[in-house]
Order: sequence, then C-alpha cells, then structure tokens
Amino acid sequence: MFNVWDYVISFLVGGFICFLGQILVIRTKITTARILVLFLVIGMVLEVFNVYAPFREFAKAGAAVPIIGFGASLARGAIMATKEYGVIGIFTGGLTATAGGISMAIFASFIFALIFSSKTKRGGH
Amino acid sequence: MDKQKRNTNYNIYVESKIPKTKAWPSLFKAFLVGGLICAIGQGFYDLYSYFFPNLAESELTSCMLMTIIFITCFLTGLGIYDVIGAWGGAGSVIPITGFSNSISSPAIEFKKEGIIYGICVKMFTIAGPVIVCGVVGSIICGFVGLFN
Repeated sequence: MFNVWDYVISFLVGGFICFLGQILVIRTKITTARILVLFLVIGMVLEVFNVYAPFREFAKAGAAVPIIGFGASLARGAIMATKEYGVIGIFTGGLTATAGGISMAIFASFIFALIFSSKTKRGGH
Repeated sequence: MDKQKRNTNYNIYVESKIPKTKAWPSLFKAFLVGGLICAIGQGFYDLYSYFFPNLAESELTSCMLMTIIFITCFLTGLGIYDVIGAWGGAGSVIPITGFSNSISSPAIEFKKEGIIYGICVKMFTIAGPVIVCGVVGSIICGFVGLFN
C-alpha cells in the first residue's frame, strides 16, 4: 500500500507542472486567474483526448493535485454522466464530479473569513 | 514625433529599473513547493486508502483534495500561505491549493466590507473565471462525449 515511488513520482511530476507555470509567469507576467484558467483548460483537453487517464495512472497525486486534475475531472464527470444519463448528464456531470472540492473551498473560506482577519495589512498605520 | 521618442526612452528606462526576477532560483522554488504539495496530497491519499479501503479511486482523490483545500484555507487565515506563495510563486498557484487560496484570500481580505458585499462577493474575484470556464468547458466536453 505504502509505496515510496508514488511519492517520488508525485513530487517530480507536480513539481515539473509548477516549473512550467513559473516559466510562463516569468516570460509573460501572467496573472493568477489566467494561469488557473489556462491549466484548467489544458486538463480538460487532455481528458477529452483520453491522454489524462494514463497520465493519472502514472503520476498519481502529481496529476491529481495540480489544477489540471480539476479540469480533467470536470471533463470526465460530464462525459461519464452523458454516457450514463444522456443529455441531462451534459449539464449535471461536471459539477457533480467536482462538487466536493468546490463546496469545501467555499465553505472553508467562508468560515475562516468569519474567524480570521486580514494579516496582509500589517504595519503602515 | 519628439514625444514618441521620449516615451520609448522612458519605457526603456522603466524596464531597466524594474527589479528582475532571478529566473533559476524562482523556477527551482516553484518546482520544490509544487512537488511538495503534490507529495503531501499523495500522503493523504494513501492515508485514506488505508482507513477506507472500500472507497473508489475517484472518491479517495476527492477526499484528498478536500483535505488539502481545507488545510490551505486554514493556512490562508493564519497568513502562512501568503508566505509560501511569496516564496514559491507558481508552485503555490497551480496546485488545487492555489484555487483554494484564491477563494479564501479575498474573502478574508474584504471581510471589513460586510458579509454579503465583502466575503460573499469578493470570494469569487479570482475563482469566478475558473468556475465559469470549468462549467462551460465541461458542458462542451459533455457534448463531445454525446457524439463519441
């Protein structure tokens, strides 16, 4: 169950994807929102052309944790639900597959926003 | 004409004064931070597959992502993730933790403007385009799946 190789490959592949992202940041001064959308779309395209599944099999969490994996599971959810439920699946599949992540991000952000105050504006006043 | 020349000269001057990001150290840092976040994700994946052996692979992945999203929101609240972000650059943006941070960071930042117009609205300033593109893209993918 516990396999050191999984960790090594996750580290290397995840690191390499971020390395590519950092090259983009240095070359084009791309903003956070654009970089997230770009990698999300890359993930979707990989999934549609059936490249992502073997990549996921190979890279484990290194493929699932980057936002590429989020895009791929949106696309896969829509495709699987379409195969299973027909036309309605086109609209329900994507968000169903990623509901956990999005819900947790919104819920945790809301709760922690109520608890914590901004730390970035220290000094100055 | 003269004005134009002056403007180009000024732009060259500004360009020379902008602090250059040193390429190689920042690439290495992005690699290190991104890789570590993915390795931590793999750790949670193995942990959940040990304790819940009858969950499917996609459910385990979902649980693992939810865990690191929750941890990131907490670290953002404490102000620790900003430090990681300043050090790691894209290494902290491209993992799903960057998506999570992009929701929680403005939510905490704009808390002063109230719950509805502060937290709830500003939450989606960066994550909004991601969710919109994600939903639109997944619907297009669904149509593609329909004809395959």
